[in-house]
Amino acid sequence: MTYVFQFGEVFNAWPELLMGALLTIRLSAMAMVLGLIVAIACALGKTAGPRPVRWLVDVYVEVIRNTPFLVQIFLIFFGLPRMGLRLDANEAALLAMVVNVGAYATEIVRAGIETIHKGQIEAGLALGLKPLQVFKNIVIFPALKAIYPALTSQFILLMLTSSVVSAISAEELTAIANNLQAQTFRSFEIYIVVTAMYLAMSLMFAAAFELIYRVVFARSDAAR
Amino acid sequence: MIRQFTSAEFMFLLMAVRWTLLLSAIAFVGGALGGVLVALARTAPYAWLRATAGTYIQIFQGTPLLMQLFLVFFGANLFGAAVDPLTAAAIGLTLNGAAFLGEIWRGCIQAIPKGQWEASTALGLHYVTRMKEIILPQAAKIAVAPTVGFLVLLVKSTSLASIIGFVELTRAGQIVNNATFRPFLVFGIVAAIYFVLCWPLSLYSRHLEKKFGTVSR
Repeated sequence: MTYVFQFGEVFNAWPELLMGALLTIRLSAMAMVLGLIVAIACALGKTAGPRPVRWLVDVYVEVIRNTPFLVQIFLIFFGLPRMGLRLDANEAALLAMVVNVGAYATEIVRAGIETIHKGQIEAGLALGLKPLQVFKNIVIFPALKAIYPALTSQFILLMLTSSVVSAISAEELTAIANNLQAQTFRSFEIYIVVTAMYLAMSLMFAAAFELIYRVVFARSDAAR
Repeated sequence: MIRQFTSAEFMFLLMAVRWTLLLSAIAFVGGALGGVLVALARTAPYAWLRATAGTYIQIFQGTPLLMQLFLVFFGANLFGAAVDPLTAAAIGLTLNGAAFLGEIWRGCIQAIPKGQWEASTALGLHYVTRMKEIILPQAAKIAVAPTVGFLVLLVKSTSLASIIGFVELTRAGQIVNNATFRPFLVFGIVAAIYFVLCWPLSLYSRHLEKKFGTVSR
């Protein structure tokens, strides 16, 4: 092999790569929070809503889970402007990520809600709480705790999948890498460094989720 | 000039499905072969082998599939082997699939009750016989449902091959959209085709989960 690896150009572009990584983290974190809100609402609709709502949630979840993320992005980025909703690449990317992770998280949260014993809900209602109060005060916290590992690995998967939004040239890490590749032709060096950055970010997110678990759920562990 | 979206464009999309299916099939076979090795290594009696397989899984599950495809595509060219996009995508998806299936199947192997391992060891069965006759047949039964579920993920993942220039269903959709400027229609049809491919698999996987979940546990 006669190829000489040259990482110089990659490290010269370090500030840009770092900016890209920050945008990836920001997009992912926002999509996680918004996606979780969507998921809780949909899971509530699925378990307690009237029939049309349950049916709508089913359609949403099945359609998103059985089509590729890349096609969903194209539909949002190229399709929505045609309906008069103009989004820039980053906004379209965020919207696509929220819609996508929301569907996966709905299934996970719903599974969590099903772990709650029926007696708990009946006890809450018998105490005179309104159904929404029961959901807010009795159901959702232990439900989220039960599915926390599944939820957070889904979130990390979302962060990794976000590299696909480079296809509509949002300015996250992969898109920055693609630009750099076009300027320097040092494709292998760039992508190996960027891959390592993604690996570091997924470890970082895993550590952050562990920390969040300790802060949010540890008290209920100690109480037992 | 903008082309109309006619039945010719629709047929173009429909014909591109075979490349999506071909790539899925190659990646599934390759990923399954690799996955067996990874799963066996993860449950091997040697610590170094378990650690190696664990690192492999961590790397492939901790980095984006798109990056893996890029690295194979551009990396192979570095070594003087000019690979076409199909080969690069097939290799990338195989390596990735081996990690995912390996991790799924590891769980299935470890779900076999410890008594089965101990009994087969006590009977003096060799590792190969023990795995082949006792452990793997039982693990295979639990493995079917999550494996079919993985197949859905794989079919969807092949859409990323479009980014390195392989003309499968998604890339065909981009080509048609660039000519007709009917993004909602074109990508709507593309999404519908993927849905038709994936949904039955999802339902089947869920059906198997219910069937085996209640019987064997």
